Amino acid sequence: MAEVPGLHGRLPAHFTTPGTSSFADFLGVAAPDLLPSRRRDLPAGLIEAPHGTTIVAVTHSNGVIMAGDRRATMGNIIAQRDIEKVFPADEYSCVGIAGTAGLAIEMVRLFQVELEHYEKLEGATLSLEGKANRLSTMIRGNLGMAMQGLAVVPLFAGYDLDMGAGRIFSYDVTGGRYEEHSFHSVGSGSVFARSALKKQFKDDVDEAAAVRLCVDALYDAADDDSATGGPDLTRKIFPVVMTVTADGLRRIPDDEIGAVVQTVVDERMTNPGG
Amino acid sequence: MSMPFYVSPEQIMKDKSDFARKGIARGRSVLAMQYADGIVFVGENPNGALHKISEIYDRIAFAAVGKYNEFENLRVGGVRYADTRGYQYDRRDVTSRGLANIYAQTLGTIFTESGKPYEVELVVAEVGDNQAEDQMYRLTYDGSVAEEHGFIVMGGNSDPIASYVRERHDPKASLATALKLSVAALVQPVTDGSEARTIAGDDLEAAVLDRTRPRRAFKRLVGAPLQKLLEAKK
Repeated sequence: MAEVPGLHGRLPAHFTTPGTSSFADFLGVAAPDLLPSRRRDLPAGLIEAPHGTTIVAVTHSNGVIMAGDRRATMGNIIAQRDIEKVFPADEYSCVGIAGTAGLAIEMVRLFQVELEHYEKLEGATLSLEGKANRLSTMIRGNLGMAMQGLAVVPLFAGYDLDMGAGRIFSYDVTGGRYEEHSFHSVGSGSVFARSALKKQFKDDVDEAAAVRLCVDALYDAADDDSATGGPDLTRKIFPVVMTVTADGLRRIPDDEIGAVVQTVVDERMTNPGG
Repeated sequence: MSMPFYVSPEQIMKDKSDFARKGIARGRSVLAMQYADGIVFVGENPNGALHKISEIYDRIAFAAVGKYNEFENLRVGGVRYADTRGYQYDRRDVTSRGLANIYAQTLGTIFTESGKPYEVELVVAEVGDNQAEDQMYRLTYDGSVAEEHGFIVMGGNSDPIASYVRERHDPKASLATALKLSVAALVQPVTDGSEARTIAGDDLEAAVLDRTRPRRAFKRLVGAPLQKLLEAKK
């Protein structure tokens, strides 16, 4: 830790050495123990840690929507009922996390700094594919943990300014990166969410319809997967929903989502299958 | 064995200072100025790709004059320092005071220990939640650091510019007013009494730290929005 200066002392030479614009690469030199991928292997044995569950993403005519339920589970216990699992990555992309919550949130923090750091040093933003590839590398760095049951599986979505369209990327635990078309879902309830999306998705849905699709899909996931949280109308805990368009990223406010959730719940009163 | 000539430390420091001052005086000036919603930075920079004004962190910006490769080095170091600290602790733990300190130590060490001092002058500025919490630090080639209020002028023709601004600066002014004052100040003639110059719009580099923006306060002013501000009435 001696390599990161406090309030006293000059900048060490590696701070001013030209070269990398990657924050993760720089940390590897300046403070490697801050990097998740440089951590020593854990002793054998299972660790109980909170897990994040279902994330869905849907492209629409102006961009892409990502939404996540609010539950984290630890075995059969609900570890947290209002966790947030969808994060802005930068102005034009967002990332949703499933898997071991602690590791995933740390990965997202590093990813956010990585993108902003590049932007500040280079004076230009990475391409959407460039961002997706950086995330890939970070997931690959977590492979050791994944082998011990602490996997992180994010879903990445953003607006591609060059193509003028919303795009979705999914990953596997080895860092494999796959572009998904129209919609995708990850996490424990993803099987059910994806089936719901598959039946309801139509080309050229608008933003409002895409939000509705996501809320419906999360409802279906919660219906059949105990680890996915349904909308909590009594506590007013609603899914986190972000939209990314040519105008940038925006988190849809809770009162708007609350109204969509209320409609979905009302309709399910008479038609539980949706 | 021949004996090296004795040169007094005073003489060495004076020579280094003169050298650095001459280098800085050759470049065009940059101005940082408080206005109602934050701090505006304006400089004359015909080279659009190589910036003199940049973002360091959420509420912190950096402006420099002098030798590009030297202040660019310091800028990169500052961004790395800020991002590392923010990642290690929290975003709120990155402060302009800490950054100014690091820069002062770095410039001071280079000035005393290396043969050639950096020919740079820097401003590190941070916007707070209100104007009283804004901070502006001026750092010079020898590692001196001074906290200043209102405005800071750096670079070549700084004295006439500073006296022009001192008479007219109003910290409660709008962005358009502050921007126009800055541009008018930058074209002030050098003391020899020659005519005021004009700066082509393309040669102007401008940016703001706007406290009303969420999280990242820094924004470059370019193209049509900049023109609109420069042409705005009041």
